[in-house]
Amino acid sequence: MTALVPLVVMLPLLGAAVALTLGKYPKIQIAVSTIVLSAVSVLSIALLVHVDATGPAVVHLGGWEAPWGIVLVADRLAAIMLVVSSLMLLGVLLFAIGQGIADRDSNPPPVSIFHPTYLVLAAGVFDAFVAGDLFNLYVAFEMLLAASYVLLTLGGTGARIRAGVTYIVVSLMSSIIFVASIALIYGATGTVTIALISDRVRDLPLNVQLVLCLALLVGFSVKAALFPLSFWLPDSYPTAPAPVTAVFAGLLTKVGIYAIIRTDTVLFVDVPLQTPLLVVAAVTMIVGILGAVAQADIKRLLSFTLVSHIGYMVFGIAIGSEAATTSTIYYVVHHIVVQTALFLVAGLIERVGGSTSISRLGGLLTAAPIVAVLYFIGALNLGGIPPFSGFLGKVGLFRAGVESGTPLDYVVIVAGAATSLVTLYALARVWNMAFWRRRREVEGYSSSLLASLSENPEDDGRVSLKTVSPLMVSATAGLVVVTVALTVFAGPLFALAERAAVNIEDPSSYVGSVFPVEVP
Amino acid sequence: MSASLTLVVLMGAMYAVGIYVMLERSLTRVLIGFLLVGNATNILIFLMSGGNGSPPLVTGTAADDSMVDPVPQVLMLTAIVINFGITAFLLALIYRSWWLAQLGEEGDTVPDEHEGETEAQTEASFDPLDLDDAAVHEVLRASDERPGDEDRTTSPDTTSPDTTKHDTTKHDTTGEDRA
Repeated sequence: MTALVPLVVMLPLLGAAVALTLGKYPKIQIAVSTIVLSAVSVLSIALLVHVDATGPAVVHLGGWEAPWGIVLVADRLAAIMLVVSSLMLLGVLLFAIGQGIADRDSNPPPVSIFHPTYLVLAAGVFDAFVAGDLFNLYVAFEMLLAASYVLLTLGGTGARIRAGVTYIVVSLMSSIIFVASIALIYGATGTVTIALISDRVRDLPLNVQLVLCLALLVGFSVKAALFPLSFWLPDSYPTAPAPVTAVFAGLLTKVGIYAIIRTDTVLFVDVPLQTPLLVVAAVTMIVGILGAVAQADIKRLLSFTLVSHIGYMVFGIAIGSEAATTSTIYYVVHHIVVQTALFLVAGLIERVGGSTSISRLGGLLTAAPIVAVLYFIGALNLGGIPPFSGFLGKVGLFRAGVESGTPLDYVVIVAGAATSLVTLYALARVWNMAFWRRRREVEGYSSSLLASLSENPEDDGRVSLKTVSPLMVSATAGLVVVTVALTVFAGPLFALAERAAVNIEDPSSYVGSVFPVEVP
Repeated sequence: MSASLTLVVLMGAMYAVGIYVMLERSLTRVLIGFLLVGNATNILIFLMSGGNGSPPLVTGTAADDSMVDPVPQVLMLTAIVINFGITAFLLALIYRSWWLAQLGEEGDTVPDEHEGETEAQTEASFDPLDLDDAAVHEVLRASDERPGDEDRTTSPDTTSPDTTKHDTTKHDTTGEDRA
């Protein structure tokens, strides 16, 4: 069964190579990427079942034992992330295929580079989750980032190049900070294997540990879009094609969060990070959501809520108790699914209504009732209305905060509750304007709801109505059904997240799985 | 662990210069800055391998003292390859943004001057000066471009939407070219 671990990375890479050579045959490309991602989804579900039953799956690549060779580790957390991300990648791929099919009549054939790049992105994301050493994690990050640069600038239009430049330069800086901190960690501990660093780093003076840990965290925070380092995200995501934005929003920031969880719980256990992380969590929530309130463009609004809700996950990481980690894992899963689904819905709105600006949209409830239902479920879920999974995740986090009980915890809980309400306000306004308002009311509409909104600077005001293919709607509906399933099966999922949290809270279980006999 | 002072100073200087250059608006300078900072990081990794002496795996041979830790060098090689790939992508991006800044999206519709020619005809009309698209040269001639005017030639301002708009003379030139 452990052979499954390298397979989840190898399959998409091989698929990318095959898809690239078949650039002239779009239908075969579609078949290749669909088959590969379906296979990876099945494999990762099998892996999750296996890991949950028998403990972490560890693979020493090339037969070289851990301190010398490269090691891949899939514990419960990694397996959960693999399952969720592979399902999301598959869903978004189907949406993109549907969009490509619907576009075929009007546009030249879709770019042949999309499928190979998308598969490389998938391989990078999967590799980041199973990487057992820091340098492999860096390579995984570079793989997914390089793919994301290409996807973001797909087609090379002026707006995308401009958005891409900000994104690429910021990502390059964060990667350089990451490599530099790996170099320093190697200098201090003489290894890049996570399990071995975790063991050796405790012998270092606390100040040195603190510097190393913060260097890593700064690199990861850029990728996860924590507050002072999140400025790049709302400017670069919305210009990409809808499926690309959806997969970026759902997965890329969560890879950063996953890396922060690993740093905080396995690598640097002794470093006291609670207070700074709590402050960052509160500020990320509040600043992010205030940005969302000011946006007229649905995609930009969703990008700001994305930044804001990263704060909840950091809150859970900061508390660091078992209950908090459980809720964080559940919340990460919930947020991946619901953000991806909402961005896909925004893609549908764009095609049905011809725009994503709420000052120009109207009458969508009658024009596209299915899209309205999908948006409504997603919005309530993200806003944290009971009984949806967003509510359950937040309640879990708040309860863990109360158990921890420092004054700062209560401040973050208040900030979190406020953020949740403001999220609901921003999303309900979209509902009122885009769906509930009648089409003929749009001209000359004046309302305090629309006062002082900032439009997307890249939006040229042109309206282009396009057809929606059934595949796009069913892919989006599939993801929305998954968000509802997260609510319905919250009990077993919370139990699974709790078992994963127990693994994480005890770093010796991670170290023990890599070095079963003794730590060298 | 001992480290070479020269390398430490070199690394520091490269980081400082690289970050300073990266803060410029021009994309080509950002690229140069990225190259400097990336290579400074490679030197940092190299410095972290320490001096000669205790190599892993091989112990007890006579040549122990002259061996160094190979792991950081492997990491450096990987980092160099990754930086190389990213640099290639950045160059393409810079060229594209320069193209858009000079020609706008209409530039994409300018026909290839060798369209419809046989291979021999293309060979015969081969001229190193014509390597770039003729349309680009036309536009450059039409705009009052001077070689020293580097802000316009090397630094398409990608952050402001204004620069992608081009004045009417450029429109006319591309129009004639197409006709």
